[in-house]
Amino acid sequence: MPKTIAEINERIKKGDAVVVTAEEIIDIVDKKGVEQAAKDVDVVTTATFGPMCSSGFYFNFGHSKPRIRAQKVWLNNVPAYGGLAAVDAYLGATELPEDDPTNTIYPGAFKYGGAHIIEELVSGKDVRLKAISYGTDCYPGKEVETIINLNDMNEAVLFNPRNAYQNYNVGVNCSDRVIYTYMGVLQPRMGNANYSSAGQLSPLLNDPLYLTIGIGTRIFLGGGIGYVVWNGTQHNPCALRGENKVPKRGAGTLAVLGDLKQMSPNWLRGVSMTGYGVSLAVGIGVPIPILNEEICRFTAVRDAEIYAPVIDYSTTYPQRESDVITEVNYSQLKSGKIIVNGKDIPTGGLSSYAKAREISGILKEWIQKGDFILTDKVASLPSSDSGISLKPLRETTPQ
Amino acid sequence: MKKRVVLTFPKQTIEEPITYHLIRDYDLMVNILSAKVAPNEEGRMVIELSGQKEMLHNGIEYLKGLGVTTQSLAQDVIWDEQKCIHCTACIPLCPSHALSVDRTQMLVSFNSDRCIVCGLCLKTCPYHAIEIRF
Ligand code: SF4
Ligand code: SF4
Repeated sequence: MPKTIAEINERIKKGDAVVVTAEEIIDIVDKKGVEQAAKDVDVVTTATFGPMCSSGFYFNFGHSKPRIRAQKVWLNNVPAYGGLAAVDAYLGATELPEDDPTNTIYPGAFKYGGAHIIEELVSGKDVRLKAISYGTDCYPGKEVETIINLNDMNEAVLFNPRNAYQNYNVGVNCSDRVIYTYMGVLQPRMGNANYSSAGQLSPLLNDPLYLTIGIGTRIFLGGGIGYVVWNGTQHNPCALRGENKVPKRGAGTLAVLGDLKQMSPNWLRGVSMTGYGVSLAVGIGVPIPILNEEICRFTAVRDAEIYAPVIDYSTTYPQRESDVITEVNYSQLKSGKIIVNGKDIPTGGLSSYAKAREISGILKEWIQKGDFILTDKVASLPSSDSGISLKPLRETTPQ
Repeated sequence: MKKRVVLTFPKQTIEEPITYHLIRDYDLMVNILSAKVAPNEEGRMVIELSGQKEMLHNGIEYLKGLGVTTQSLAQDVIWDEQKCIHCTACIPLCPSHALSVDRTQMLVSFNSDRCIVCGLCLKTCPYHAIEIRF
C-alpha cells in the first residue's frame, strides 16, 4: 500500500515515524528487501556539505535619516548589488573586496569575500555597511556608513540560485604544471583527483528522477529551515544516466531559500580556493518521504553504483571540450585512490562526507522529535523526459 | 632534547659541510625534514636536531656564525580542528601522511610528529584550517 505525505506527517506528529538516513536505508533494504523496507520506513534523510558558488543573500537594511536610495552598497568593502528597492541589496558569495589583488600575485589567496561575510553575520558579528547614491527629492541622502549586524536587518534571506548538484566532475590535471581551479589545487601529470559530492548521501542522487523533491520541499538549509523554490540554474535533467536512472554526469540542481537569521556558521562556511576565488560551503539536508517501493529503491543507492566522469581541468574543461577520460564510482573515490590509465591517483574531496553524515543525522532527529514536518511539492522539477539541454553561449559580433 | 629549526642560507654557497660538523663536533642527530637549496639563491632547510641541551645550543650558535639564519620550529604547522570540515582535499598532497583520514568515519586528523613542514597543504585547504606559525 503506497503511503501519503499526510499519513507520514501524522506519524511524525505522534512521534511514531520511522526515520533513517540515506546510509542506513542501504542496510535495511539489503536485509529486508525493498518491499518490506518501503512499508517499514517513512522518511530517508539525505544531505550534502560542500562549496556551492551560486549562493548569496538578499537583505533590507532599514531606512537612514535622511532616506537614501542606495545605488551602490558595500558590506566590509565587498560590493553588494544595489539595483533593487531603496534599501534592499543582494550580496553574492563569490564577490571580492574592492581592493582584492585577485590573481595579480598568482596564485591569489582569496582570503575574504561575500561568503566570509555571510559566515561572520551568522556568527553574530558586526559588519560595516556603506551605501552611496545620487540623491532624489524623496531620498535626499547621498552617503551612509554604519555598523550593522544580522539582528539589525529587517530581512536577511539566503537565496542560492544553484545548490545541491546532482553528481559532479572529478577534476584532474594532465599538464606539466600545478593548476589552481574551483576543483582545488591539481598537481601535474594527474598527481591528484578531486571530487565534490556526498555520493550515496547526496539529496538528488537519492531521488534521481525528482519524484519527491520539487518546488516547495522543506529542507535543512545552513542549520535552519529552508525550501526548494525552483530548479537551480544549469539544471540538466537529461544528462547521461545509468540503468539505475542515476546521472553519470552533473545533472539536476536546486534553487533554495531560507531565513538567514536561523542559520549557523557550522553549516555556512566561507571557502577560499587558492588561485580561483571565494565560495560558500552550504549544508543542505533533504528528507525523502518513502511513499512507495520505487522511491525506497532509489534511496538505497550506494557509492559503488554512482559514477562520475574524470575530466582534465588543464585543457578539456577550460576549452569547453567534452572528453571524459574515464568514469569512476564514489566507493573508489572515497577509498583514497582511483586508477586511471593504469596509474594510481590519490583522491581528495571538496565536499565533506563527515559533515553530510552529521546533517543527515540532525535532520533525522528533528523529524523524529516532531520538530520538522514534511511538505508535499507544489510543482515538479523538469525531469529526464523534459527535453531540456544545456545551451552554451552563442557568441556573435554585436552590430 | 629535540628541536626543529628552519635554516635560511645566504645566496653565496657555504663551503662547510654543516651536517657533518653538527654530527661530529656537536654529537647531534640531524634529521632533514625538507630542503630547498639551489645555487645563487637563498636556500631553506628544515631540520630536526636531537642531542644534549648544551650541544644543541652550541650547534645552533655555530650555524649562526656561518651566516645561516635559524628560526625555531617549536610550533610549526597548526591544524585547527574546529575549522577543519574534513573535506580531505589536503590528503593527496601531504607527502608524509601527517594529515590522514579514517576512511570509515571519513574524519581527518593531523599528526604533527610526521609533518615535514613542506607547506603543500597550506594553499590547498579552502577553510583556513592549516597555518604555519613560527
Ligand atoms: S606541511 Fe602540510 S602537507 Fe607538508 S607534511 Fe606538514 S601537514 Fe603534510
Ligand atoms: S583541506 Fe582543510 S578542511 Fe579539508 S580536510 Fe584538510 S585541513 Fe580539513
